[in-house]
Amino acid sequence: MNKPIFNLLNILIRLTSITLLSILFLGAFTLYLAKFYEPKRIEPEVANSSLKQQTEVTEHDFIIDEGYELVVANCTNCHSAKLVTQNRATAEGWKNTIVWMQETQNLWDLGEYEDKIVAYLARNYAPTQQGRRKNLERVEWYNLEPEQ
Amino acid sequence: MVKRRDFIRSSVLASAASLIGFKIAHAAKMPYGYVPVLSQQDIPFSKHQDMVVLNDRPWNIEAMAHLLDDRVTPENKMFVRNNGIIPKNMDVNTWELLIDGESALAQKKYTLDDLQSKFKSYTYQLTLECGGNGRSEFNPPAKGNQWTVGAVSCAEWTGVRLKDVLNDVGIKDSAIYVGYYGSDTHLSGDSSKDAISRGIPLSKAMMEETLLAYKMNGEDIPLAHGFPVRLVAGGWPASASGKWINRLSIRNKIHDGEKMGGSSYRIPCESVAPGTEVNDGDMCIIESMPVKSLITYPKSGALVRRNQKFEVRGHAWAGEKEVRTVDYSVDFGATWQACTLEKPKNRLAWQHWKTTVSLSKTGYYELWVRATDDQGMMQPMVVPGWNPKGYLNNACHRIAIKSV
Repeated sequence: MNKPIFNLLNILIRLTSITLLSILFLGAFTLYLAKFYEPKRIEPEVANSSLKQQTEVTEHDFIIDEGYELVVANCTNCHSAKLVTQNRATAEGWKNTIVWMQETQNLWDLGEYEDKIVAYLARNYAPTQQGRRKNLERVEWYNLEPEQ
Repeated sequence: MVKRRDFIRSSVLASAASLIGFKIAHAAKMPYGYVPVLSQQDIPFSKHQDMVVLNDRPWNIEAMAHLLDDRVTPENKMFVRNNGIIPKNMDVNTWELLIDGESALAQKKYTLDDLQSKFKSYTYQLTLECGGNGRSEFNPPAKGNQWTVGAVSCAEWTGVRLKDVLNDVGIKDSAIYVGYYGSDTHLSGDSSKDAISRGIPLSKAMMEETLLAYKMNGEDIPLAHGFPVRLVAGGWPASASGKWINRLSIRNKIHDGEKMGGSSYRIPCESVAPGTEVNDGDMCIIESMPVKSLITYPKSGALVRRNQKFEVRGHAWAGEKEVRTVDYSVDFGATWQACTLEKPKNRLAWQHWKTTVSLSKTGYYELWVRATDDQGMMQPMVVPGWNPKGYLNNACHRIAIKSV
């Protein structure tokens, strides 16, 4: 006589467990992703050092690698990160760009950080040999329907 | 391949997707519709959501080829190129244009009312292309915004002829150049610096189609495109067509404003091997843009049935010159067929071309289009002469097609 009730309870408990487990798992996975992909923030000591002003990181555009914080703090005061990340150059090329910005665009002396910044840029945003003309890339195929 | 939609940045997961996308694609291309909420507050324009943001400080945004299918480019598909910060609070009631310079007979000021009441107005369709359009293809890479094909437009501009205004001021015999100053501000916030102050030789300034424009496509010029008044010097690098103009100087020498010297908007006077360092003194100012064309329909990636007839169309332009022929190839340049080409609406307007194509065999194809100007100059199939700043890439446009 208790059997149907027991069955019902059993099902309810099972359902609740599955739901709770799913929530836990999804939560953990989201946290894991967040931790994995969330870019590092500028450490206070970096932000408060000789850098001209602290930059709030609102774009997660830069590749995360040694020197990343210095680049964010020094290169995104005047222009967006995108102006950096869409370009490619050798260490010499990046150094020349810095010198040009210092001579004409009011960029400050980067002091001891300069070598680290140049190294970061040359490592992560180096030119690739693309020849005289590349293949057509990233084509999204679609069916061409007759025009109306 | 990560789709553009995945670049939405409103959640942790979307952030993750954008970072993954970045690492795979090596391009921080993000359409206007999905810029971070924080920067959205200052967006002073509205663009089609498929427009590609190359840079959001300063704003630099380009179209994709298929967005430029309109005969006259509407505002929401027009590229944005800025050197500095777009001015805020431009007030047409207090706006004035000062004309001065060593070679001006007098200094004069004009309000917008003055311009509209004193001078006859003209309307022209004028092609404006960024000098660096196509920069992304140069090897070794050139510094700057990595434009692909979409930094070009042909809108309908209404205004007064610059020559009428200059003549009203009076031009000394010594005049050779007209320089402009605008209300945009330098990125560094330094108010003593101009973001850009370029200009045009007097001969270009005196052309009938060179306008002090106050309307674009029949409406007030949108803020991002130079409200209330801008220069429009069609067929030349668009940087010659200053926005938010407040002062013009009639010069007795080549204008020496910001981005006139050094390597800005200049190419080596004699051609150089890729990667060569060129002294500033050996760089020459770009004037007329070279012959070029764009396939605006279909969008690259079309799957067509074998023997299915489909229309292919686009525009062609040639700086100061007219386009004489447009040809297409579906066999990687081995054979070429002529397209139908319209005359320009007026001088310096882009010209519309079209043709019908069908592919008798299945397989992967590329459709290439090549324009030839009225002097016989043709678009090259590969990237043309390398130059340090990556200007003037007029290599033929290509789209991918599969016949299935």
